[in-house]
Amino acid sequence: MSSLLRTQLRCRTIRPTIAAIRPATSALSASKARTITNHTPRIAEQSFTQIKSNVDTSSQDFRDNAKAMGELTTELKALHAKISLGGNEKARKKHLERKKMLPRDRITALLDPNTAFLELSPLAAHELYGEEIPAAGMITGIGRVCGVECMIVANDSTVKGGTYYPVTVKKHLRAQEIAKENNLPCIYLVDSGGANLPNQAEVFPDVDNFGRIFFNQARMSAQGIPQISVVMGPCTAGGAYVPAMSDESIIVQNSGTIFLAGPPLVKAATGEVISAEDLGGGELHSKISGVTDYLAVDDAHALVLARRCISNLNWPQSSTPVAVEEIKEPLYDPKELNGIASTNLRKPIEIKEVIARIVDGSEFSEFKEHYGTTLVTGFAKIHGYQVGIIANNGILFSEASLKGAHFIQLCSKRGIPLVFLQNISGFMVGSDAERGGIAKNGAKLVNAVACADVPKFTVVIGASYGAGNYGMCGRAYSPRFLWMWPNAKIAVMGAEQLESVMKTVGSKGADGLKEQVERESMATFSSARVWDDGVIQPEETRGYLGLGLRAALGGRNSGDKETSFGVFRM
Amino acid sequence: MSLRPFLSTRHSLRRRLYSSAAAATEVQHRPIRNILIANRGEIALRVSRTASLSGIRTTTIYTLPDSLSEHAHASPYSINIGPSNAYLDGEKIIRIAKEQGCDAVHPGYGFLSENAKFAERCKEEGIVFIGPPGSAIESMGNKSASKDIMLAAGVPCVPGYHGSNQDPSFLAAEADKMGFPVLIKAVKGGGGKGMRIATSAAEFPAMLESAKSESKSSFGDDTVLVERYITTPRHIEVQVFADAFGNCVALGERDCSVQRRHQKIIEESPAPGLDEAIRKDIWKKARDAALAVGYQGAGTVEFIFDNDSGEFFFMEMNTRLQVEHPVTEMVCGQDLVAWQVMVASGLPLPLTQEQVEAQLTGHAFEARIYAENPEKGFIPDSGKLLHLSTPKTTDDVRIDSGFRQGDELTTFYDPMIAKLIVRGTTREEALAKLRLALEDYQVAGPSTNIEFLKTLANHPSFIAGDVETGFIKKHNDSLFAAKETPVEVYAQSALSIILAESQAPKSSDPFTALAGGVGWASNYQKRVVTLDNPNTPDTKIIVELEPVSPACFNITIGTQIFPNVAVRHSSADNTLSSYFPHTRVDSRIIRDGSSLYVFQHGKQHRLSLSQPAWLEKLSGPSEAKSSVLAPMPCKVLRVEVKEGDRVVKDQALVVIESMKMETVIRSPKEGVVKRLPHGEGDVVKAGVGLVVFEEEGEDA
Repeated sequence: MSSLLRTQLRCRTIRPTIAAIRPATSALSASKARTITNHTPRIAEQSFTQIKSNVDTSSQDFRDNAKAMGELTTELKALHAKISLGGNEKARKKHLERKKMLPRDRITALLDPNTAFLELSPLAAHELYGEEIPAAGMITGIGRVCGVECMIVANDSTVKGGTYYPVTVKKHLRAQEIAKENNLPCIYLVDSGGANLPNQAEVFPDVDNFGRIFFNQARMSAQGIPQISVVMGPCTAGGAYVPAMSDESIIVQNSGTIFLAGPPLVKAATGEVISAEDLGGGELHSKISGVTDYLAVDDAHALVLARRCISNLNWPQSSTPVAVEEIKEPLYDPKELNGIASTNLRKPIEIKEVIARIVDGSEFSEFKEHYGTTLVTGFAKIHGYQVGIIANNGILFSEASLKGAHFIQLCSKRGIPLVFLQNISGFMVGSDAERGGIAKNGAKLVNAVACADVPKFTVVIGASYGAGNYGMCGRAYSPRFLWMWPNAKIAVMGAEQLESVMKTVGSKGADGLKEQVERESMATFSSARVWDDGVIQPEETRGYLGLGLRAALGGRNSGDKETSFGVFRM
Repeated sequence: MSLRPFLSTRHSLRRRLYSSAAAATEVQHRPIRNILIANRGEIALRVSRTASLSGIRTTTIYTLPDSLSEHAHASPYSINIGPSNAYLDGEKIIRIAKEQGCDAVHPGYGFLSENAKFAERCKEEGIVFIGPPGSAIESMGNKSASKDIMLAAGVPCVPGYHGSNQDPSFLAAEADKMGFPVLIKAVKGGGGKGMRIATSAAEFPAMLESAKSESKSSFGDDTVLVERYITTPRHIEVQVFADAFGNCVALGERDCSVQRRHQKIIEESPAPGLDEAIRKDIWKKARDAALAVGYQGAGTVEFIFDNDSGEFFFMEMNTRLQVEHPVTEMVCGQDLVAWQVMVASGLPLPLTQEQVEAQLTGHAFEARIYAENPEKGFIPDSGKLLHLSTPKTTDDVRIDSGFRQGDELTTFYDPMIAKLIVRGTTREEALAKLRLALEDYQVAGPSTNIEFLKTLANHPSFIAGDVETGFIKKHNDSLFAAKETPVEVYAQSALSIILAESQAPKSSDPFTALAGGVGWASNYQKRVVTLDNPNTPDTKIIVELEPVSPACFNITIGTQIFPNVAVRHSSADNTLSSYFPHTRVDSRIIRDGSSLYVFQHGKQHRLSLSQPAWLEKLSGPSEAKSSVLAPMPCKVLRVEVKEGDRVVKDQALVVIESMKMETVIRSPKEGVVKRLPHGEGDVVKAGVGLVVFEEEGEDA
């Protein structure tokens, strides 16, 4: 904000004009009981709230950053394009020959025309199992179906028969978690051979394994979150419970099958010889067993039926967040984020330049601007939704932590969703910091983040190291969504520091550790393990946050949960 | 066109005509104050318009199917007369006229307009019948009697037998005498009903039988006349007007040669390429004809004109105001309904023949907008007018219409939707105006002849004025040439479907604001719309739409790619403007179920949404494929086959009647009749199975 403007705004009373306008005989003027209040036009407040950008797109720094980011995004684009094809050509051809629609086409048919689909973790299983498992053999995401935002979980049977690898289970559970937190009806497009048998030990027994899928279905259904299944392929053994535990199930005849044991197992167990269709096909389950409720003649028909199920949920359609229809786009081109963010995380990222390219009209009402300046806090709107933004602008000191805790309390009490823009190498260390109580002050921030019961969104735009990750709402703090920029890194600490720490403590394993940690900190590494909900292009941050906010606040979300805090050590 | 009120001038006119020593001085002037309009649709509105301009109250009548129609709301006094055929119930109408205090009845055209008995009954009840005296109707209504009167008056007639001997062999002998081809025509008939042409003696008996049957069912009388048939004739008619004072004027002639099903489709005045001397002669003969029967009011004398010889023969006289009267009004600058009222109220004609001739100027066309399907032999259509948008009317562009958007065209009455009348200083200018006006005439719902009229107005022979009654038959190939559908029509149709089923993008709704997709490779909205074009039934039209941003698409149709087409869609008026790389295209697209009516660049295109495979699968094996369906809403008149009959291709199966027209439904193939779901007298909707055949391979 320019100092000139500030001066103008402070000059509210201008006495000399009174004498000039009013006649001396006026009783009022004689008493001088009241000074004048100049009206401040709305435009003045607006222009004062707008962030003024200082980005020089022709500078060497900007160009270097943009080039490095460009390389990263080109690589990622190619990777995603490949993944979006699904299984290999042979598998896809076979799939189509069976008159089945490819999973991405199924999703398109399910969605309302001209709406976005918020796909989650497409990089899951990337370079994880020594074989290619595109998107972990499952597409998950949030899409609008008949005006209702739904969680869609679609098996891709062109990838290893749609079997569940450990990370497939994780992706499925993450989708259910998002659905549960955000009250999103679930649509399962089932076409899967069930657990991936060679990996059964990692898939079956543990708490967050296969069984949790059905546990979640039962709990969500109990909570009133609709569960709809469309059986468009096999649904064997445990998989049979997906439709069986859904509120409503649709099955495609001569394609979908549901049974606890398939024909080969039946033959082995009882000697009975029976075809898959007779054992658990659409006709059987729709006419005799009653396992399914609607019989479809093909995939397209099944998806029409699924849409019809959603339209009969009596689910409130999301209304727009504000009465104003037109929302102001940021003043500055979001594409410039590619030149603002650096792939070299040692270089600071000017955080207000980032905020200016994310929020409506680049308007940001900064809170405690001059206090604890390494953390920037303030109010803004994204696609019309009011949010509180908490963004790193350096290392977290005690003041910054206290400011953050204060701001989170404000937002929580007011029911304002929180957006964390993470670029944090950690809390300040050293004797000064410890003497200043950085441990307890940092804890206040962590405590506030943990307890804040408003929707939280985290975007890692740079580093996410150490306890800074906690204070800035890392994965463990249950943000509704967590996305990474391509340049982002996540680890307990920077690779170099980690290596030097190991060397200092005299560990033998320090050699080569730096390279290993470097690789393990990468956004793609994180996303392959579903530590996040996807790697996003910086320029799409605003869009992703908008979609996330809509998903979190639309439908049955009242948005007025009461937050209560634990004990703050002051 | 402005309809000039006549009352302001009537006193001066009377004076002038009286001083010219007209014959009937005892005729009393009886001003008309309240007209009952015994008709419906556009003519009822037409009469009411002139009446209100003249300060005359009107009372309208309507039947149950017409209760919501426009004419039933044209006057605050509108009486329900009940069943659909009640417009023919003369006694009821007279009773209502008396109850409502009407001093005159205007019969319009059709219905009771040429019913001599009704005219007489009105007179008996002291109500002015706005039309000729019953005796004149009677004389002209009987075709053979009228011919004798004409011959006596020196009006040339076509050779033929108009007598009462109806013995088929006698008639055949008479036909032989006058020479083939001959025309067989119901004596009581009109409008092409009960009319057949026999080209040879062999064909004569069958045609006679058919004409008699239709005549019997249409007019309750099967007496026919036989006369020579002129093979390349023109239909030229003269508008005449006579008053009670013995005055009679001819208000120019009209050429109504372009006809289908022996019914007029486009009329013009003056007749193109007519020699001035013949023109004057034909006017004179028309006046002679009218005077010979003591005519009063508006009438039309129809002649058959031989283009090669310049000969013309009296055909018949229509003793009513005709559908195409506006053509004459345009070139004369007169209001003929006002003239009718004037004559009926005992006033003399306002103009002399010389004055009329001095006023004749320019050229006018009338195109009749019909709900019919020209491609299917002009069979009538019915249904709701889903969309109606008409050209802007000016002094030179006039629309006489009886329907509004949303009205239902029923099967009970004539399928004419409106009349489009244009005027220009020359024929070329008038025709140019007609073409433009037709481009702006949009009707969605029933099939219409508008596209056909556009083709006609652009046809070189029509432009050259080279008309004859066989015009459509002669130029069949060029008039019905297959028309290419521009690829943009498909693009626009597909866009309209997707956009109609999309929420409008809103920046406060990220799901729609990001319609172009988010993420790296996640355009989930690439969709294919499959369309059917009835002109190319064997090819599915596949349009691929990929949103790039809200309201901007990449469009692919076959090998054609239109990138980044920005669109502006308004669901309020169904318009879609798209900015293709090469041009902007504005369309209006009306959707009714799976039917699409696309109005684009002055043309209408009809497409339909292709049914998804699953829907076809669900509806199961349909009987429709092995059934003969009713082509239009109709009444079953006769069933010519029995269940179990083996029939050959083109064998007559069922005779239906729709829009008062008989149609024979013929077998599309050889087969065995399995079932006849409807018997004689049944009223069925379009698309209902009339005859179900055995499936191929099914045992008979």
